[in-house]
Amino acid sequence: MARRLPRKDVVIVGLGWTGSILALELARAGLEVVAIERGPWRDTATDFNIGTAPDELRYAVRHDIFLRPRQETLTMRNNSSQTALPIRRWGSFLPGNGVGGAGSHWNGQTWRFLPDDFRLRSHMIDRYGEKIMPEGHQIQDWPMSYDELEPFYDEFERCLGISGKAGNLKGQIQSGGNPFEGQRSSEYPTPPLKQGYSQELFMKAASGMGLHPFPRPSANISSAYTNQYGCSMAPCTYCGFCERFGCSNYSKSSPQTCVLPALVREPNFEARTECEVTKVNLSGDGKMATGVVYVDANGEEWEQPADLVLLCAYGLFNVRLMLLSGIGKAYDPNTGEGVVGRNYAYQTGSGATAFFDNVNFNPFAAAGSLGAALDDYNSDNFDHGPHGFVGGASITNAHTNGRPIMYHPTPRGTPTWGSAWKKAVRDTYQRVTNVGAQGSVMSYRANYLDLDPTYKDQYGRPLMRMTFDFQPNEIKMANWMAERCEEIAKAMGAKTTQINRLNTPWNVVPYQSTHNTGGTVTGSDPKTSVLNRYLQSWDVPNVFVMGASTFPQNAGYNPTGTVGALTYWALDAIKSKYLKSPGALVQQ
Amino acid sequence: MSSIVTKQPTGRGTWLRHLLALALIAAPSAALADSDNLIVIQRGKALVTAGDCVACHTAPGGVPFAGGLALQTPFGAIMTPNITPDNATGIGSWSADDFARAMHEGKRPGGTRLYPAFPYTYYTKVTRADSDAILAYLRSLDPVSNSVNRSTLPFPFSIRSSMAAWNSLFFTPGEFKPDPNKSEEFNRGAYLVEGLGHCGACHTPLNAFGANKSDKYLQGGVVDNWTAPNITNDAQAGLGKWSVDEVVQYLKTGQARGVIASGPMKDVVENSTAKMPDADLEAMAVYLKERGATGSPAPSPVSADDGRMKVGEAIFVDTCMACHTRKGEGIAHVFPKLAGATIATQDDPSSLIHVIITGAQAAATASHPTAPTMPSFGYRLSDDQIAAVVTYVRNSWGNAASPVTADAVKAVRGKVTGAAD
Repeated sequence: MARRLPRKDVVIVGLGWTGSILALELARAGLEVVAIERGPWRDTATDFNIGTAPDELRYAVRHDIFLRPRQETLTMRNNSSQTALPIRRWGSFLPGNGVGGAGSHWNGQTWRFLPDDFRLRSHMIDRYGEKIMPEGHQIQDWPMSYDELEPFYDEFERCLGISGKAGNLKGQIQSGGNPFEGQRSSEYPTPPLKQGYSQELFMKAASGMGLHPFPRPSANISSAYTNQYGCSMAPCTYCGFCERFGCSNYSKSSPQTCVLPALVREPNFEARTECEVTKVNLSGDGKMATGVVYVDANGEEWEQPADLVLLCAYGLFNVRLMLLSGIGKAYDPNTGEGVVGRNYAYQTGSGATAFFDNVNFNPFAAAGSLGAALDDYNSDNFDHGPHGFVGGASITNAHTNGRPIMYHPTPRGTPTWGSAWKKAVRDTYQRVTNVGAQGSVMSYRANYLDLDPTYKDQYGRPLMRMTFDFQPNEIKMANWMAERCEEIAKAMGAKTTQINRLNTPWNVVPYQSTHNTGGTVTGSDPKTSVLNRYLQSWDVPNVFVMGASTFPQNAGYNPTGTVGALTYWALDAIKSKYLKSPGALVQQ
Repeated sequence: MSSIVTKQPTGRGTWLRHLLALALIAAPSAALADSDNLIVIQRGKALVTAGDCVACHTAPGGVPFAGGLALQTPFGAIMTPNITPDNATGIGSWSADDFARAMHEGKRPGGTRLYPAFPYTYYTKVTRADSDAILAYLRSLDPVSNSVNRSTLPFPFSIRSSMAAWNSLFFTPGEFKPDPNKSEEFNRGAYLVEGLGHCGACHTPLNAFGANKSDKYLQGGVVDNWTAPNITNDAQAGLGKWSVDEVVQYLKTGQARGVIASGPMKDVVENSTAKMPDADLEAMAVYLKERGATGSPAPSPVSADDGRMKVGEAIFVDTCMACHTRKGEGIAHVFPKLAGATIATQDDPSSLIHVIITGAQAAATASHPTAPTMPSFGYRLSDDQIAAVVTYVRNSWGNAASPVTADAVKAVRGKVTGAAD
């Protein structure tokens, strides 16, 4: 039986980007806030020390700061005719663990979704008619517009000090930026990173093709910066130890660099680490949350009562906690009824590898979000009519790192070991680059999350089951994008190119992307969404859910910028509406 | 008041210490409810903050003011006493007269002598009214039972009566006397710096008897193997190039002119000066800026052609430059500036050597909460290499100071890491 602790105003589950921002802002608003985090405390000074931080074996290979499957894993299958089996070693995606969460180990690519992305369904049907919509899709409009979110994108980017170049400042197209982006109220907080030689070739080639390349927005920042919380950052040194690592140089925006130093000074904030929330408790009628139950590092169970419950864990785990707690009706793919677990989506990766002669790209002088990109083929920035698919991709040329253990690209057909492999690694390292397409994934009736009927975790709770595969629409889109990438690679002057089509069926082993979206989506209709437009549960109004699990479908970008904007958007609603009059913010 | 609870030992201490420090200021106790006493107690709290009493009277991870910190002196370790109002183990039974006598004369009730690790040589200047207010605040704290071993000094220093002779040589009792020719602000600053602030305890060199050299007042000292720099108005070694505002900014935020407080000054800033009223900080700055400069001559830099400089430069480029930048300019608010930083060019190079060997964390304050960290390099730089890079930093970008030897590094390394000689 859980021992009951004194009540708090707010309990936050998970202390990553969304949890730390909400904790800081709500503590400053005078509320007693406790954050409960499954993993350990981590800060730059002790955990990301320069003497030990750039350790590829420890962090990139052995996943030091990632979730261990024994803490939590999923079962996985490609479709509902299969029997799902547990993921016993994380591969295709790598969930974070500990304070800072995925915000500690990310690359730092910080995008805004495009205005069309927020009304994708109505926009596509308006322009192309119902016939363009893929079979079995459940694509839906977001319940808020880009313009409504814009001030909150701005606030998140100022928190992180994002480096970039505006392409649309208050409706005025700016040279050097992304002309397709939604209007921005202000320039990026810091100027773009310095691009490398391969990005120079990419920008020149793409411009020559009539495309619109620009430096992509980056959380590895280009110059010294102090944010609205007084937290200071130093310019990136291009060391190339970003993804899978904590930054030792105060150069990569993370909860550690941007939020926690201010948060830990708040007297009415408390963090409990190595404590795993197992359930959100509900009142007898199921209409209010009364707090959470968690298990501490000694295996003891505690009940933390609270007036407001904010689920800020990694998206997938928010979905599972909702399912385990019985908040909202679970999705049933057979009837199409229920919402929790519905509209799970992911990300496509395709592109072209480009091999040059007589160049030194120096891939080791890199940063996780250094790179040049173009949006000509993203969202509905191009005519989809002739192609017969929905969605698009951001196309990028980048070197995120040139690390010694895992970065050794070789031409297809090279032996995977032995002297021929060594020779190919040596010959290729300096003269290869990649033009990649990171594509959207739509939501479908057949792709969903639910509780596994067989496998359980250490506490006896069912694991979550992921049923997912790339659908024909995504395969068509990603492979068309790969051809666009190859065109650009050739125009860059590559001697040979190699096209990389989407790997199907989806396979859990090779790393692909940790951009898992959906499952607790936000929407205007409680029949097709878990959360209202303020990320508040339709069913239990003192529960709010943050993260990419709120996306109705995924866009052709990394999710963090939108996750951050939605967090500030929900925070604004909590502060200006909910705290004044607790209850449902949108009437059903 | 909540505190961070982490089950993981790494990273815990620092945050916890910050929070405990905050707890001091934030946690009112029952006695505050007595309204007659409230104003005196609040004044006492401000004075206790100015005196940074918590820094010494708290053991690592211990309850604030409950004592038990081992203060390292040249004569051995002294354990600081419990000054919470516990009758048996603290100062609960002390009268106001008892407390004033400790502050002004360095004597406990009954007459046993205190060691000047308790800076009564400074506190003697504190007015009786302030002494009473400090006691009123300490009495408002929750009593904590914590028995501290007060006899840790080795023979012959364990003989407390020997302090009578020491006092006759080095101690001038007497309350602060304002200088009628100076401004009220200067005199307020003088009262704080010379009295409760006891700045000179660290920033003045010690003689062989462990007394501050009165003719070198505030001209720099060494504490815990850190250089406490010259804080007179000396243009070369002291605050001569700093404005009053910059001194205030440094004391309030832990940063000014690209310099960031670390080492023992981190604790002073976090626990004491960052929480003092701006007017008091300004008064202290005015006083320090009017302290006579010694006018020490500018030494000529070690030649860039010197072998030590060449080795030092190579190490700097390889190991230090990514943060401190090629020209030693540092990065605002994160990585300290080395070019023109007086801490780099003090006669005593302990701080530079110490920080390279052990690393250090900067002060965290409300306006600059980040508290960036210098990592330790003692594990991979030899004494010769550290001597070379410190010599390089002391003699580059306009800096000029004496070269540093490997023996000097070895001596500091032995003390800060416990490494055998």
